[in-house]
Amino acid sequence: MATILTEAGEQVVTAVDGLWLTAADAERVTGWTLKPEGMCRDDACVPLPASATRDGRVDVAAFWQRLGNPVLHDDAAETWVLGLGADARNDALADLHAPDFTLPDLDGTLHTLSALRGRKVFLTTWASW
Amino acid sequence: MVVAVAEDSRGTEQARQWIEQAKPTYWSLIDANHRVADLYGMVNVPQAVWIDEAGRVVRPAETAGSTDHFRRMDLKTRTMTPEDQAARLAARKAYLDAVKDWVLTGKHALAADTARDKQPRITVDIALAHAHFRLGTWLRRHGKDAEAVRHLAEASRLHPDSWNMWRQAADLEAVGNAGGPDFWARVKALGDRPYYPPPDLPGFGR
Repeated sequence: MATILTEAGEQVVTAVDGLWLTAADAERVTGWTLKPEGMCRDDACVPLPASATRDGRVDVAAFWQRLGNPVLHDDAAETWVLGLGADARNDALADLHAPDFTLPDLDGTLHTLSALRGRKVFLTTWASW
Repeated sequence: MVVAVAEDSRGTEQARQWIEQAKPTYWSLIDANHRVADLYGMVNVPQAVWIDEAGRVVRPAETAGSTDHFRRMDLKTRTMTPEDQAARLAARKAYLDAVKDWVLTGKHALAADTARDKQPRITVDIALAHAHFRLGTWLRRHGKDAEAVRHLAEASRLHPDSWNMWRQAADLEAVGNAGGPDFWARVKALGDRPYYPPPDLPGFGR
């Protein structure tokens, strides 16, 4: 079993040989769908090299890196991070749409930034440290 | 609407006493993974982003009213001169006045081209730093401290400008470390470079 840390959160999946996942798990974790053309999301498809797919399974680490994103894992290769690459981050900043997020308050109630659309938002950070 | 986000990897209980003191009427959220700092390219607290009614960033991440006067603090007595204290308060007021002006009149919102130029630039190293930071804080949370420290150190090595990453790692080592001797040494090493770069707003001479 592997724990995968992504932008969306944390998922536990069955992984073999590094981060080979079933197509269904690959979609659940990455948001991209395995098709004959490769891995696809919305209108875009990224071809997968033959070495990165086999019997309906996907080498998610190889795919994620192919997108230009960092992939890390702990020493035991049980916890993985599928990060976001610089190009993806800069594209998001350049289009000026405030990136959405959902975070809990003190009571654990989740709040989503985009729910405030229609109002000005002063988004500020602080820390106890 | 104010959305105050605690970049606190120790989570809810660490932030609780401060939030309960403030009794906020606004959103006060807990961001243990420093997600907001990642998304908006923030490197320190307090930094703020202004977002208009259409959900667009009209002022990218910038220092939210704090100043570098603390660097002149007497470390033994932990006090600042009256002049520095006054200047610090004036700066905070100037920033909050600007926020109020924006809310009431739209003033100080940047045009799209200007806002785009002012967005932080994310390098390959910075993107990798965020991944190491995510893994490092997860490992800390799950008791793998030695391995965590390696990843948190790598995050700071890749993104030395991020005070959030460095201070959070120090705080995870022991509460209080983020403001201890190592912190002051790191601040001193800035030399002439600012800890809190001032925003381009009235009241902040640059």
